[in-house]
Amino acid sequence: MQGFDEIYNDLIMEHSLNSPNKKKLEKPTACELGHNPNCGDEIELQVEIENGIVKDASFTGHGCAISQSSTSIMIDILRGKTIEQAKKIIDVFAKMIKRERLSDSERKLLGEGVAFENISNMPARVKCALLSWHTMQDLLEK
Amino acid sequence: MKKIENAKKDFPLLCKSDVVYLDSGATTQKPTCVLKDIEAYYEKENANPYRGAYALSVRATEVYNNARQTVSEFINAKESCEIVFTKNATESLNLLAYSYGLDNLKKDEEIVISIMEHHSNLVPWQKVSRLTGAKLKYLYTNENFEIEDSEIEEKITTKTKLVSITSVSNVTGTVNDLKKIIKRAHEVGAKVIVDASQSVAHERTDVQDLDTDFLVFSAHKMYGPLGIGVLYGKKELLEKMSPFIMGGDMIEYVYEQETTFAELPHKFEAGTQNVGGAVGLASAIKYLESFGMENIEKYEQDLLSYARAELEKLPFLTLYSPKNSPISSVLSFNINNVHPHDVSSLLDMQKVCLRSGNHCAQPLMRYLGIDSTCRISFGIYNTKEDVDRLVVALKNVYEKFEKYIKEK
Repeated sequence: MQGFDEIYNDLIMEHSLNSPNKKKLEKPTACELGHNPNCGDEIELQVEIENGIVKDASFTGHGCAISQSSTSIMIDILRGKTIEQAKKIIDVFAKMIKRERLSDSERKLLGEGVAFENISNMPARVKCALLSWHTMQDLLEK
Repeated sequence: MKKIENAKKDFPLLCKSDVVYLDSGATTQKPTCVLKDIEAYYEKENANPYRGAYALSVRATEVYNNARQTVSEFINAKESCEIVFTKNATESLNLLAYSYGLDNLKKDEEIVISIMEHHSNLVPWQKVSRLTGAKLKYLYTNENFEIEDSEIEEKITTKTKLVSITSVSNVTGTVNDLKKIIKRAHEVGAKVIVDASQSVAHERTDVQDLDTDFLVFSAHKMYGPLGIGVLYGKKELLEKMSPFIMGGDMIEYVYEQETTFAELPHKFEAGTQNVGGAVGLASAIKYLESFGMENIEKYEQDLLSYARAELEKLPFLTLYSPKNSPISSVLSFNINNVHPHDVSSLLDMQKVCLRSGNHCAQPLMRYLGIDSTCRISFGIYNTKEDVDRLVVALKNVYEKFEKYIKEK
């Protein structure tokens, strides 16, 4: 099946079906709902922010493998980052999805997020990968 | 009569690619004859209808009204003035909501629709309900995805003034018993709108036999072009209704402060109309009639039974489709534990096109307790080989996901 492995790799599949980040936080300081009305994907992000740092984050909701794993991996990446760093990483992720060239340092910043690099080959699924990142951006702007 | 088995060769898009197209419920592909007739209209007969005093404009008017006559005969309307051209079924339903709903419904009266309606036959009625104070009530389905007789008796009462119902569910393929619903509605003095979008290309539509007050459909789901649709209404009802969109050509006399309106159907057709679209729709109707609607129904039912039987053999699939009851053109299912969007993407990698999502029927999804489904829907170009390719592709999808699901 041409194209399967470059999108649905082990990392994405594991995160989509068995995510340790899919839970409710005990002491969230902020929540944000993300919804994709065309496909019905719905996620709720929770974050615990302390002294300007994303101390912890989690998600609940439902959606496809791409949106679920993208959310889970994003949380792994942003945990422990300052709000400013987190915003920068979200920008870099969006840039990668838009097929813009990333510098080495930007790639390093994204870590496992580069697993979604090939999603731009499936334009119909770009919105799935971006849903939680946009939702997190909205949350952090508030 | 032309043979349906050979229909695929009439569709250039399908001949030029090797995709299996299983999304005709969203929009059908277009046969060469429709494309050629539209091209010929623009090459030889194009002018603004009803306006010019010159021969070409008269010809465009003639072509437009011939198309109306073709539609009228196709659905067995009494007169062609009962056919109003719109942009699509959605616009037809909005026209009815504004021009009939707002003017005729009052506080505490009731509008009855079904839980399986497409958003286009649901959201406009919410607006009518909000503006008039009329109550919006739903006919719910049983566990076999069907509306039971008792539900019809219970919900359609003397308070009901309007019933708007789809002929076929675009999610489950459920065929509604229109005659029963219409009879009940008329008994209590209510008017009925039928959304025939999902049935018009698949079985004969006869508005007089149904005795429906209104009926709507889109050309693009019946091998015609995008951007043209139909509103049928009984003449005496359309005549009493106020216009929906105001503008040129729908008027009689215009004064500085007031206007009198044109006769049917022009009253509802403001602005320069989509003559090319009407030509395409008429051409699509002639194409359908060249096979015979009864033969199309028989062919597609046979294909549907085959598809259903083949899909039922797959143990990892859940079907959302009435058992032992008639269904039409549509089958919904899910691969257990795999999201429909992932299924759709993986089928796309194998050149199988189907729809995944909530199918513009969020209340139905919520009612069924699911988020979304995969949906296949057939057209006359589909064959049993298409079904076989789908089944192989679905097995491949499951195989890819299986090990991750089992680890879960």
